[in-house]
Amino acid sequence: MSNNEIELICIICPIGCSIKVYKVLDNIKIEGALCPRGVNYARQEILDPKRIVMSVVKVKNGDLPVVSVKTDVPIPKKCINEIMRLTALIEVEAPIKIGQVIVKDVCGANLIATREVKKNS
Amino acid sequence: MIKRRADVAIIGAGPAGIAAAIKAKLLGLETVLIENRDILGGIPLQCIHPGFGIHYFKEDLTGCEFIQRLIDRMYSVGVDLILNAYVHSIEFNSYIEKRVNVITPNGVYKIDTKTIIYATGARERHLFELNIFGDRPDGVYTAGEAQTLMDLYGILPGENIVIIGSGDVGLIMARRFALEGANVKAVIEIMPYPGGLIRNIVQCLRDFNIPLYLSHTVTDIIGSKRVESVKVAKVDENLRPIKSTEFEIPCDTIVIAAGLIPNIELLEKIGVAMDPKTRGPIVNEFLETSIPGIFVAGNALVINDLVDYAAEQGEIAAEGAKIYIENSGIPTKSWIKMTLGRNIRFVVPHYISGERDVILYARVQKPENNVYLSIANLKIKMYSVRPAEMVRIKIPAKTITENHYVTVPVEVIPT
Repeated sequence: MSNNEIELICIICPIGCSIKVYKVLDNIKIEGALCPRGVNYARQEILDPKRIVMSVVKVKNGDLPVVSVKTDVPIPKKCINEIMRLTALIEVEAPIKIGQVIVKDVCGANLIATREVKKNS
Repeated sequence: MIKRRADVAIIGAGPAGIAAAIKAKLLGLETVLIENRDILGGIPLQCIHPGFGIHYFKEDLTGCEFIQRLIDRMYSVGVDLILNAYVHSIEFNSYIEKRVNVITPNGVYKIDTKTIIYATGARERHLFELNIFGDRPDGVYTAGEAQTLMDLYGILPGENIVIIGSGDVGLIMARRFALEGANVKAVIEIMPYPGGLIRNIVQCLRDFNIPLYLSHTVTDIIGSKRVESVKVAKVDENLRPIKSTEFEIPCDTIVIAAGLIPNIELLEKIGVAMDPKTRGPIVNEFLETSIPGIFVAGNALVINDLVDYAAEQGEIAAEGAKIYIENSGIPTKSWIKMTLGRNIRFVVPHYISGERDVILYARVQKPENNVYLSIANLKIKMYSVRPAEMVRIKIPAKTITENHYVTVPVEVIPT
């Protein structure tokens, strides 16, 4: 495996350090971070980047046609497409409460509603 | 006609207005909250992304979650609400007599109030303010319009998107478009640096390999019925397009994300003094405008990057209203003017008393690394300052009083 150099911008705080990560086989060298939190961020980003994913899901008989959802914990970046395909397919019945689980246990997270949708009167 | 009396009338039930109402009520003021839509909450209702409430609730929430919590808190303290209300005018009759004229489907309200907190938010800049010429086809949206369509109504406005401006809403919509399967062809920014927060550049653009063209502008929009393409060119140091660098990007949708302008119409009509830099009112440390007893908070005061700051300003204004009512005015010996020094674009508040601690919000003109932010004799080391990140600093009263300042210079000094 060749010498792998990756550039990152730290997003932990507003300073936004430019971090360089050198990856040779299993060895990771991190340069440019001003604090240990930046080093941890870079390590996480290289080994297993995670994100909160947000979208909307169709609603049946609601006062709004869709409900906003998010993953309750960050999910691996490579699972984003899987979550998005899922949100495009499902439909939920109103009423929906904030925090209500829409899909259980997908990519290590629950998909939860982030908005209240009332039943269409 | 319905007559009402209040200690404080709050105009606008977004984050700043609701936070102000909660605080005012807790301080024992008779509070009326006036909102022109049929629902409370304002802009966060359409924000399904996280990044809200990190300071206010010490938790990272989506916009909808944040505002619902704030609304629940408001209901728990009990605030008088007038919804579907169009504020027609504000009258200033005396130091402690103001009137808000409100038109609603139930009739006209005349609210006689001692103080007013104006929290009407901001509007988006549109194409016509950006000097972009060309055709006027279907398919041009502001970022907020695209957000409403996608995230409240589940409608994708287009498939091949070009975003003009790299403000936070634009970056967030770039990610939303990419997530929903649209192809975001480019984000075009006229300045040499991005308009949004770094975390949004990383998580909204880099994650989805969306190209960001800095120092570029759109020179032409092409399309007869629907947008067909845009012409893009590099700009020189005077921000003028360089013709020889022009290229075309085919697309069917244009999203304008070129920043926000405070909504200040009603205040302008009664002669409130404005700051040409923030395009909002000139205020003192309680966010009181040049007309006594009229306070302003949130994006109507200054464009904030964080909802938490808007809510905080609502609370400061409510405290101001309380002190104003108790003393028939804000008691001070004199007001000390904040002056703009090196690499400072604006500072809010504009005047402080030096008699109490003050929260100061400022923005720089250009990005810099390894600097001090200098306020009177207070020097704060900062690794970097950027125009996109508002600086928020608490200044202790003694910083000002100990040195008998007449004006307080605020500046960025290289180390």
